[in-house]
Amino acid sequence: MSRHDVTLTVNGQRLSAETDARTTLVDFLRDELRLTGTHTGCEHGVCGACAVILDGRPSRACLVFAVQADGAEITTVEGLAPSPDSLGILQDSFWEEHALQCGFCTPGMLIAAHGLLAENQDPSDEEIRDAIGGNLCRCTGYKQIVDAVRLAAERMRKANVPGPGQ
Amino acid sequence: MTDFRYIGKKRRPSEDRRFLAGAGRYVADLSRPGMLHVALVPSPYPAATITNIDTSAALALDGVNAVLTGDELAAASEPLMVGVDAPKVIRYPLAVGRARYVGEWVAAVVADSRALAEDAAELVEVDYDELPAVHDPEEAVEPTSTPVHPAHGSNILFRRQFVWGPVEERFSAAAHRIELRARWHRNATVPIETFGVIAEWNAATGLLDVWASIQMPKFPDQIARALRLPGNAVRVHFDVDVGGSYGVKRGIKHAVLAGHLARTLGRPVRLIEDRLENMRGGDMQGPDRIFDMAVAFDDDGTVQALKIRALDDAGAYTGRAPLQLGKPVGAIVGPYRIGAVAYEPISVTTNKTPQEAVRGFGQAPTNFALETAMDRVARHLGMDRLDLRRKNLLRHDEFPHTIPSGSTYDSGDYHTVLDKALRAAGFETLIAERDAARAAGKIAGVGVSCCLEPSGGNSAFEPLFNPKNETTTWMESCTLKIDLNGAIVAGMATSTSGQGHETLVSTVVGEVLQRDPDGIRAIHVDSLNALPGNSPVGSRMAIMLGGAAAGAAERLKADLIAIAAHNLEVPVEQCEYRDGDVHAGARSMSWAQLVEIAHRKIHRMPPGMQPGLQASFVMDVPTGGGLPTEDGRVQMYPCYAFETHIVTCEIDRVTGKVSLGRYVVGHDCGTMINPDIVHGMTYGGIAHGIGAALYERFTYDDHGQLIAGSFVDYLLPSAHEVPDIEIVDHCTPSPLTTFGQKGSGEAGYLGAPAAIASAVNDALAPLGVDIATLPMTPPDIADLIAAAEETE
Repeated sequence: MSRHDVTLTVNGQRLSAETDARTTLVDFLRDELRLTGTHTGCEHGVCGACAVILDGRPSRACLVFAVQADGAEITTVEGLAPSPDSLGILQDSFWEEHALQCGFCTPGMLIAAHGLLAENQDPSDEEIRDAIGGNLCRCTGYKQIVDAVRLAAERMRKANVPGPGQ
Repeated sequence: MTDFRYIGKKRRPSEDRRFLAGAGRYVADLSRPGMLHVALVPSPYPAATITNIDTSAALALDGVNAVLTGDELAAASEPLMVGVDAPKVIRYPLAVGRARYVGEWVAAVVADSRALAEDAAELVEVDYDELPAVHDPEEAVEPTSTPVHPAHGSNILFRRQFVWGPVEERFSAAAHRIELRARWHRNATVPIETFGVIAEWNAATGLLDVWASIQMPKFPDQIARALRLPGNAVRVHFDVDVGGSYGVKRGIKHAVLAGHLARTLGRPVRLIEDRLENMRGGDMQGPDRIFDMAVAFDDDGTVQALKIRALDDAGAYTGRAPLQLGKPVGAIVGPYRIGAVAYEPISVTTNKTPQEAVRGFGQAPTNFALETAMDRVARHLGMDRLDLRRKNLLRHDEFPHTIPSGSTYDSGDYHTVLDKALRAAGFETLIAERDAARAAGKIAGVGVSCCLEPSGGNSAFEPLFNPKNETTTWMESCTLKIDLNGAIVAGMATSTSGQGHETLVSTVVGEVLQRDPDGIRAIHVDSLNALPGNSPVGSRMAIMLGGAAAGAAERLKADLIAIAAHNLEVPVEQCEYRDGDVHAGARSMSWAQLVEIAHRKIHRMPPGMQPGLQASFVMDVPTGGGLPTEDGRVQMYPCYAFETHIVTCEIDRVTGKVSLGRYVVGHDCGTMINPDIVHGMTYGGIAHGIGAALYERFTYDDHGQLIAGSFVDYLLPSAHEVPDIEIVDHCTPSPLTTFGQKGSGEAGYLGAPAAIASAVNDALAPLGVDIATLPMTPPDIADLIAAAEETE
């Protein structure tokens, strides 16, 4: 089986590894780059647990081969915080609202919400539900997630932060 | 009861932080040096004799280490646990000689990577002779049906007729009787993380290390027994974060298989299910039940007696599946004052995926059946649904209340909770809006349910369903120490799958020791270091782990007071403990001083006291300890939380699609340790209940093939299907627990399916049709509407 070099810019860092053509982006991130914050839930593109920001847009890393993503810029959950010992506004809002339980879908939820808030700084609840509608959560019933994204948007507006930054 | 310092207050759960940083530590995130990967060869047939397994092509592939068959594994291990007295229903992790359901593991392939293992699994050639199969539980219950396990002799795993109270007399005397059938199809909690396990054998120490996404009582003991190892040769690491479970992550067959492979290959072995393996061969499907019920009642709506026959399809093997018919015995009359019940639970085998524990352990289907019956009684009498419930709901002054099947309900205030929820929902307005929608040609309904959540999980259904099993304790433990620097560490004997046990323990310990919970570290100790526990099943941890943590903290507090009293030379009774310091009149000793003495200055310790500050507490279930009476009465769980759901719906006349509108739940689980955690689990339980009511079903075709084995055809509710839910809290403390808490891990799920069915049936009532089968899918409802309109 042929091996391929794949180079990605992940959370601002240029990282390379060799992999099989059939390796998905999520497996590449987890197994080759050891970034295990991104999860696999269904591996058929439904649950959203594997979501990452791929060249600016939330994308399902289980539906992309690593070789297809060669050269791409990627943000994973590990890249959402300003530093390893702090949380970003969005993450902190999830904590404040307890918008998670087991935490398994949480990275994907954060990525989906991050994508929304980058484009819409004052989303309605309907727009929040649309944005996370492709991410399945079995613990929360979504309510505290919607509350958290609303809170994050409000905090960012008050802090005059453009988008879901820090 | 309200003067708590930390309990019941807003507090950010400590475990949330690592998950938000992407720093959770789930089993698939772990890697061991030299680790190998497993893929499984599934049976394509629901029933077949395995005549030959040719592994040569698979073994010839580069990177393949081993292929294991059922015969080899069976020779080297003991069968897995059977929950009832059915010793001939033998089960190993891999099929032995005969496959009994589609997806059953027939062989396991071990390779350098998961991808290679999957490649090799496709090269394993298995020859089968297909056998007759049984798919329908109503066929399986007949003595003429083809037995799934010929050695067992029939498909009946368990059947018993319980009669509690004067059932026949009351049926004869009652003014009215109705009969009904309610059908609960197979669903499960389907966590987003599949089950996974890593096993590593160290031949030099004779120790098997296991990391698993586990929620299973007595998991280490079961692995050890199956692998013929002493218990102290298995170390389960409970500090693995579990990506959701809600009952199903039992994984014993996975762990035994991985443990055996690790031991024989001398390398760490990882088995992580993919989604299809999880849904089909992972053995994690839930109850699958047909209720045939009869209700006897008076003109005024007083329900006199119930008869319930519950036929449950356990699938191809029995683990604890039949016991899911047993737990509801503890709340078999729901929140109602019903004095006589006949209950006939029947568990049968079929050629389907074996059933596993699901949130509520059989109580949600039972609650759905009970509430369906209550709605039918109201309709029969032309009586308001709420009036009927109020007529039968237990009153606040009737507690403690013993039900006919032997359990005593601890406390409750059902009428108040119902009234509060109705007020919050604006029930009259909801009815007016429904009527306006109907006048505009729409199909609209309002649903109500009143349900119990038994909590504090013991295992009294084990002796009830198996006289050879005399289990009467279901303990939980906590270890606690204060270190030299005065920091507190608490250890629990379990892993956590989202319930916030670290926050529970730190809050409770902080409450007792009057120290800030944020500074208390709660950890998951491994099974060799842990004291006995039974995992977070049966809505038990607030009561049992919370109780054990409080018990250990009280012991440490007593030690601190004893040290202070000794040094201040006053009797213990004259000492007052405040914020960790101990005062005696104007004099006092600080936390730091007391800790220093305990760790360094035994000459200043009371004579006979051990150095250091450490305590442990093993708690038995309150009200536990009793064996069933001859007629099958037993105290099941100790505490009973109450929930009442109010939900509105509209149904599309053409497609049959149900859309939910307003959703209010009144909930009383006694004292809440952390309200955000309780509310979160309640919202999530309702979402899961919406799935059970409307979407989720493990559908099998007539040939026993699972045709809903992915998220494309097994539908989980998304943020679009789950409405904004409002919780109305009420607190009736339990008199049996440390802080008045009851359990709440199964909240929402236990009442939502019943309420949604009630709403749909209220909507359909003007058309003269009804439905008592869950899930109520769009085609089911569209067919009913079409049939009703044709009749018109």
